Formats: sequence, C-alpha cells, structure tokens
Amino acid sequence: MKTLVYIDHFKGQVQPAAWEALGVAKSLGDAAAVIFGSGLDALTNAAFEFGADEVLIADDPGMVDYSAEAYAATLSALASSRSPDLILLPTTSRTRELAAMTSIDLNTGVLVDLTGLAVEGGKVVATRPIYEGKLMEKTVCSGKPIIATLRARAFPRPAQEKNRAGSAVKVEAKTAGLSKVEGYTLTEAAVSVTDASVIVSGGRGVSNNPSLTPPAGMDEKQTEIWRAQQGFKLVGELASVLGGAVGASRAAVDGGYIPYSHQVGQTGKVVSPDLYIACGISGAIQHIVGIRSAKVVVAINKDPDAPIFKVARYGVVGDLFQILPALTESFKKKLGK
Amino acid sequence: MKIIACIKQVADSEAKVRAENGQISWGDAPLVINPFDEYAVEGALQQKEAQGGTVTAVCIGLESAKEALKHALAMGSDNAILISDPTLAVLDTQGAAHVLAAVIKKIGGVDLVVFGRQTLDDGSGLTAAQTARILGWPMLGLAGQIKIDAQSLQVERVIEEGRQIVSTKLPAVLSVVQSIGEPRYPSFMGIRKASKAEIPTWSLSDVGISAPAALVSRIELITPPSRDVTCEIIPGDSPAAIAETLTNKILAEKVL
Repeated sequence: MKTLVYIDHFKGQVQPAAWEALGVAKSLGDAAAVIFGSGLDALTNAAFEFGADEVLIADDPGMVDYSAEAYAATLSALASSRSPDLILLPTTSRTRELAAMTSIDLNTGVLVDLTGLAVEGGKVVATRPIYEGKLMEKTVCSGKPIIATLRARAFPRPAQEKNRAGSAVKVEAKTAGLSKVEGYTLTEAAVSVTDASVIVSGGRGVSNNPSLTPPAGMDEKQTEIWRAQQGFKLVGELASVLGGAVGASRAAVDGGYIPYSHQVGQTGKVVSPDLYIACGISGAIQHIVGIRSAKVVVAINKDPDAPIFKVARYGVVGDLFQILPALTESFKKKLGK
Repeated sequence: MKIIACIKQVADSEAKVRAENGQISWGDAPLVINPFDEYAVEGALQQKEAQGGTVTAVCIGLESAKEALKHALAMGSDNAILISDPTLAVLDTQGAAHVLAAVIKKIGGVDLVVFGRQTLDDGSGLTAAQTARILGWPMLGLAGQIKIDAQSLQVERVIEEGRQIVSTKLPAVLSVVQSIGEPRYPSFMGIRKASKAEIPTWSLSDVGISAPAALVSRIELITPPSRDVTCEIIPGDSPAAIAETLTNKILAEKVL
C-alpha cells in the first residue's frame, strides 16, 4: 500500500500523533511524509528519523501560516500526481478541515479520528468511536485515495533513529488562500490534553477551599474565580511534577476558572492518557465519556457518592486542598524531583 | 445579513446508546438538537442582533427533526427548513455537504453559514469544511469569537496552541465552539411562536439534486466492553499517609 502521511505542525512544533501515523503507514508498505510550511529543514530531518524514506516538501514563505484552502489545494494536487492508496493525517483541529476539503477535491471520503486501522482482504478497515465512545464502528471508504485521520495516542509511536536520512523532494506550493491570518494568542500550556500521557484535572470542587481569604474588594463571582485559580495552582503543581497536562471539567470552564482548551469531555476534548487524576470532579456522564480510554483513573472528591468513583481505579474521599499538596510532595520524593 | 445555521437532531447526551442487531439504539432517550449546534444557532443569532438580518435554521433529517428546528425557532431564528427525502437514508458527511451546499445556493444571497463544531452521534466534524469547499467559500473553523464589519469577517479560532485570529470576506462558512457564549434559553414567546410554526419540508427534487452516493459506509457496529473497574478507596490517617499509599499504587501501575 502506498501512503502519504501529512505531518501536522504549528510553527515547526509537530503534533506527535503525526509520527504515530508515519509508523502506521510504514507498517502498510511504502510511506512518504508530506510537510507544508516555510523553513522546513529540521522537520524534514525529523521525518527521516521517524521512518520516512521520502519527504515531500512544499516550502514557501506563502505557506508559513496554515490556510485551509491553500493547504488543501497543495495536498490535493500532490495526491493527484502521486496517486497514493491512502492519505494519513493525525487528528487535529487543522487536519479535520484539511482532510474534509481534500476529500471534496478528490471526490473521496474521510475516515476520521480512528483508533484502529487494518487491511483485511486488501481493503482498509477503520475502527472509530462514535457517540463519544459509547459505541465503536468499523467503516470502509470506496473512494480513492482513502483519507484517514488517526486519533492521538491510539497507535504506537515509532522510535526515532538519529541521523537517519532519505530523499527530500520539493513539491509545488499552492499559496492562494481565502482568508488571512492576523495573529495569534498562544496559551502557555506546556502539554496539550490530547497528547498528554498524564492529565490532572480540576472541576467545580477546586473553588471550594474555605481556608482561603480572597483579596479585598472582589465581588462574589471574582471571589469564586480567584478561589478556583488557587485550586488550579495545586492541580498544576501536581501536573508539572508528573510531566502532565492540566485538564478541566465543563463546570470549571463554564465557571470561568480556566480556558476552554483545557476542557475534557463530550463538549471538550476526548483524551486517552495513561493516568488521569480527577480532582473535585463529580463525574457527569459527559465528562466520563471523554476519559473512557484513560488507562488508570484516580478520583479525589469529598463526596463518597460522586459518580466519578464508579469509573476510577483508585479513589480518595477527602479534601483535595490537603490531598493534592501531599500527593505532589510524595511524587517529588519518589520520582527524585 | 442572511445567516444560515445548519443543525442536526441527535439522541440526548445522557442516552444509553447500544448496538442492537447491527442498528444503533438509544432506548427511550429523547431526540434533541445536537448540543454543539445550539452554539451555532447562538452564534448566528448574535450576528443577527449585531448586523440585522435573518437567521434560517436548516436541518437534514426525518419528520421528527422538526422538533430540533422548533428549538432553533424558539431560541429566536426567523425561519426553519427541513430537508427530508427517502433517498437520503444512507448519507455520509460529504453527501450531507453536497445537499447543504445545494440548499444554501437555492436559498440564495446567503452571507454567513454557521455550523457546530461536530455532532454528538457521528462526531466527524467534517461537514462544515466540506460544505465550504463545495461552495468555494472560505472556511473558518472552531470560531470562539466573531466580528463582522461591512463585508469583512474576523474570527478568533480556538486551536490546540491557543487562539488564531483570521480574517476574510463574506460570504463564508464558520464552525463555532462554546467560547461563542452559552446558548440562550428559548423565551416563552419564542416557544409559543415555534409551536405554531409551519416548517416547510424540501425534498431533493425541491433542492434540484439527486441523492449523493455514499463513499463511506459502516460495516460493523460494536458495543465496547463495559469497563468493570472496582474503585479501591485509599485509606489513611493523614493526607500525607494517603498520598504515600496512592503514590505507591500509581507507581506500581507503571503508567508514569
């Protein structure tokens, strides 16, 4: 099988799931990596090191910012000239658009956010969660090439082989977009919840520390948010010791405690970490479905009847404001940090 | 401003969804407007309030989907159209996009099309971008904030790395995320108006297209094995003792 793997990146920072996609493509046969942007030498080398034998590069100052239309046009043209059987992309906010648009250009279909991909009798059979993981479906695509996006952390990441080389091929960049990027406000989050192998999450409970005295002059809402931010500091400290990301429940996001990009659950992000620590999260079904594929779930909650304990492997019934600092200290010691 | 909000009807998010004889069953759970699409209606109504104009809610579905359209009307949409046709029984996302693009062209003079970021059922999140591509209009996905000034549109997109500010010219297609603002509750007057509304149904021949062939099809439906976890409550006399036991348990799981 001949596969093009789209390496999604933001200003040179690769979405790690792109390397996972490259690993899948290599296991299916002939795999070429595709990279768009400007100044791509480091990325090209990384693609060789993660296993690409060939890297197709559209390197053009006009491609420096992701543009849905320009990138789709470039990918479609490339697919038309190379005739792959399969185009693989990691599932990200950009690639859903890119895959969608390219599918229209090439009159084919998209198998999106897969957790499994197999070739059965020469046919690509995809497995994906639907109804936010309440069900799984196997799907096939009758178009060619088949376009598929792979969920982060659902496939093994290939080992990086230092100084591995291959052939780099320049391809034509189609730079005509329909919109213009005016700027960015970037979040400081070191690790995004989708890629994280460890997530420490806070819910409404993080705002309930009675022992804190808020600064004078705050109204009720400001006080609540201030309290929650103190709570999220504790969540963040544990996350940082574990090298993980900070997540949040919808209640915490709706309460204005933390930006939406941290939200885990049905209306936020579906995550698959190895370890998920839920702090002060009651465990609404909409949150639970978002952490269904977490390997080990730990719940810390005052309420012994909170539904989160039903899906947790380990539970602590207690005050998170006392447990979290103790847990951070304990991990610091054991992990030698 | 002529604004279209594209919505879908889905089983309620609390539904216990199961596979039954190769079909999806949600028991007696109610069918509701896709929760992500409530944000689309909200975003559309905000722009109507800022710019003047009308919001038309469009839904592909069975007769029952008129209830989802009535919710959009009760929230404040001016019009609603149901696209329903027996030939649409098997529809994939690009098929839906072809139908919606044809409907948008038939309505005519549309400035802005607003989608939710994905549906709760299939969850593909592809249809908005596919519709934009078919129309040849700019696609601004995952908008958390929308500003329109004359014919220019500026949105703040919520992406993995933060927020990206992008501008373009109308007409355009958007998908919105919840930073757009909580969907308003239908008012009493809105509910009354919606309950009386006669919602027109367009067949594919009304739209002037034939049913698009499905390129993606399901071959098997699987109920994931339920995860039987027994929660082990960590005992301890002090936070420090609990923390130490829990740390050892987590380290023994070898997930770090």
